[in-house]
Amino acid sequence: MSKMEKLPGFDLDRRAFLVSASAAGLTLSYAGTVEAAAGAASFVPSVWYSIAPDGLVTVTCGKAEMGQHISSAVAQMIAEELGARWKDMRLQLASNDAKYNDPVLGVQITGGSWSTMMNFDAMSRAGAAGRIALAEGAAQSLKVPVEELTVSDSMVRHKKSGKSISFAEIVKSGAAKRSFSADELKAIKLKSPEQYILIGKSVPQLDIPAKTNGTAKYGIDTFLPGMVYGKLVLPPIRYGATVKTMDSAEAKKLPGFIDAVVLDDKTGSTTGWVVAVADTYQNARKAAAALKVTWDKGPNAAVSSDTLFQEARRLQGQGDSGFYFVKDGDVAGALSSAAKTLEAEYTTNINLHAPMEPMNATAQKQGEIWHLYSGNQFATRTCSLAAAAAGVDAKYVVMHQAYLGGGFGRRLDGDMMIPAVLAAKAVGKPVKVIYSREDDMAMDFSRPLTYQKIRAGLNGNGALVAMSHDVVCAWPTKRWGIDAFLTPSVDKKGALDGFTVNGADFFYTVPNHHVRAIENEMAQKATPSGQLRSVAPGWTFWAIESMIDELAHAAGKDPAQFRLAMLDGAGDNDGGAQRLRNALLTALGQSGYGAIKLPKGEGMGVACVSSQERKTASMTACVAHVAVAPSGAVKVKKLTIASDVGTQVHPDNIRAQVEGGALWGVSMALYEKATLKDGRIEQANFTNYTPLRMSQMPEVEITVIANGQSPTGVGEPSVTVVAPAIANAVYNACGARVRALPITAEAVKAGMTVT
Amino acid sequence: MANLIINGRTISVEAAPDTPLLWVIREQLQMTGTKFGCGVGMCGACTVHLAGKAVRSCQTMVSAAEGKPITTIEGLSAKGDHPLQKAWIAEQVPQCGYCQSGQIMQAATLLATNTDPTREEIVAHMNGNLCRCMTYSRIQKAIVRAAAEIRATPQTTAKTRSRA
Repeated sequence: MSKMEKLPGFDLDRRAFLVSASAAGLTLSYAGTVEAAAGAASFVPSVWYSIAPDGLVTVTCGKAEMGQHISSAVAQMIAEELGARWKDMRLQLASNDAKYNDPVLGVQITGGSWSTMMNFDAMSRAGAAGRIALAEGAAQSLKVPVEELTVSDSMVRHKKSGKSISFAEIVKSGAAKRSFSADELKAIKLKSPEQYILIGKSVPQLDIPAKTNGTAKYGIDTFLPGMVYGKLVLPPIRYGATVKTMDSAEAKKLPGFIDAVVLDDKTGSTTGWVVAVADTYQNARKAAAALKVTWDKGPNAAVSSDTLFQEARRLQGQGDSGFYFVKDGDVAGALSSAAKTLEAEYTTNINLHAPMEPMNATAQKQGEIWHLYSGNQFATRTCSLAAAAAGVDAKYVVMHQAYLGGGFGRRLDGDMMIPAVLAAKAVGKPVKVIYSREDDMAMDFSRPLTYQKIRAGLNGNGALVAMSHDVVCAWPTKRWGIDAFLTPSVDKKGALDGFTVNGADFFYTVPNHHVRAIENEMAQKATPSGQLRSVAPGWTFWAIESMIDELAHAAGKDPAQFRLAMLDGAGDNDGGAQRLRNALLTALGQSGYGAIKLPKGEGMGVACVSSQERKTASMTACVAHVAVAPSGAVKVKKLTIASDVGTQVHPDNIRAQVEGGALWGVSMALYEKATLKDGRIEQANFTNYTPLRMSQMPEVEITVIANGQSPTGVGEPSVTVVAPAIANAVYNACGARVRALPITAEAVKAGMTVT
Repeated sequence: MANLIINGRTISVEAAPDTPLLWVIREQLQMTGTKFGCGVGMCGACTVHLAGKAVRSCQTMVSAAEGKPITTIEGLSAKGDHPLQKAWIAEQVPQCGYCQSGQIMQAATLLATNTDPTREEIVAHMNGNLCRCMTYSRIQKAIVRAAAEIRATPQTTAKTRSRA
């Protein structure tokens, strides 16, 4: 987050907070000007919520709702300070209008487990300002002093006289009028935690009922008058192909055929794509199948996962490649004088997002305005891309946000807008483009293939004194082309993609510690990568927490005790280390680690993480209990997770997120693997890309630690802690040390020392 | 032209016989509660009932569905109050929610024949339905809860049994 705060455009002082009432309802808004990072336009007055004359409070959520229930959480923050009744709360999703930009980031982006922490203050103040305005209006109507009023349950009450008035009546009367300057807003005294009525309570999520009866609307559910359909025809190469020839003679004979559009994508989001357009989706599918397209495969046709690993090893071997993310002490010196040194490489394969709703978008041009209908996590950038594809200024693009049928980072990208816009432009009609699952997997902005090398040294007492950690992969954030998202190297020699090394700046006290971020440019070109749920900590902790275990065993120490000893809170680690230590102790205790005798072939393994980012981490620990079959097959019997989230806004949702995250962790540890072969992703559907199913689900026990600190993100940390905990448990069960994700039965069997 | 009986109504649609039922339901009839997930029958997001059985509508051609009663999530209950739908809310199951229509439709055919399923029976029946948010444990809890409600409601039980 520290990096994010430096985004241009955040300027609270230039904002004024306006409250005005009319028959249409009371609206609360910020006003001011701010330049958005992705080049989007000026900041205009915005609306976070309104109260209608019937008393219903409609919150406009500027965050993408993808199942993390952030829309409900934002409503909860507002309702708490506003004094509204939960059943009066309603939701709507914001458009891409800059007035709905994130109050801290100044752009519309949802990810990084940032939303709760970054919106808490602004939404609380927005709610509180509304309460003050309503109370003042009520004082006027009831003719009583405002300081004698209390506000709760959508009512303003005067205890002494027994008089009361509802929000609805105040709004109807038009008596609520108040303007708040930025300073006045800042000066509002917010509730203290013991005064909370809704925060900390598992109120029913506002988006859930519609998701049980088929009425929730996702991007794919868009219908526009005169709309036609687009089906992609894709090159056999992830990136870099160009269309050589296209023969549409057969397609033209088919019913409903309208056009075959070769995309001339000026944004470079897509290469060599064709869209078959027809009156129905079924006809578009048939037309797509009938098109005969040939491609020039371009520069990446020979690239495969193997060559990417080779290139990564080559880059890592160069002493001067990459940039330093951490550079503490003299690693080389400490390693040369260490009593024992260990060296290992850890890898992860390409992973696909594969959200259940395949990518899709509907584009329509009305007058000068391009309307986009989709669910997206990064409206600011995505609309800029769509505008560039359409050849218009971004101010002429309106995005109508829908629920996201899964985000996981995939919908931070905007590629789906390109075929919709260009096809709509070509045929002069609204076009809905739906990626088939095969299209969706072939063109994912995947989690990059990663290669990490760690060298570490123990002193004579078995204490870790030096670690060098090199991380080589494609740089997803660099691909976005937004400098503000990059991190200056610690020696100021250049900028690195911090979202490839986050987590490597851990809370263990290691006197000599270097972390180097190295861009795998070959991968960057051949497999444009993206942010996938849990981002860098999904691989950095895989390497670190595996190596820490290896070091503990090499030192002849219990891996949990080895970790606890290094979480001493020295120097900059003060605070975080103690919290992580507590989380680890909690998980150890809950799991019965060391206290329960396990049968042969079973083992427990630990891992602990400061995920997602050092300054805002949810300290999370896991004990995995596995059983390893003689075949090497790993069954995860139980995960015991403890996560320190600071403050629980919604306890039940935290559990839902932590559990979903933990199962993602299992899925990526054991079941998900994509491979690049000759420039193309080999996996095409759930037949060969196989996320965890119900039968593979282990028992998951979660302990949430809420110690009153600021709320931190919960959607991702539990993803990152699971894979190393499983690998460490596998080692304890059978002696096999697996250093490649996903963990396969073959690799486990090959490494077994205890059978 | 094909005649489909969807949620008790007979509807004529312009669709070639080899059109998957999914696309007719979703894109032509605009009943969007039924979702497209994979197109190959591997995820269950498109699950509907055909003559009382859970089928993948992406793998069921219009020609095979003609004349048989089809139920979609929109027709599972009059007011979204099937015991499973109530249980899904009580257990706060959905996250992104995209797969949940299919999950509910799949689960409904289990409870239609077995109002007291074991955990193993639930897993065996539901294993074809993917949930990328991984809400599986809540799905299990909700099915157990709905089953208990069905057992506790004599009328529903009788009706369920007669259907089974």
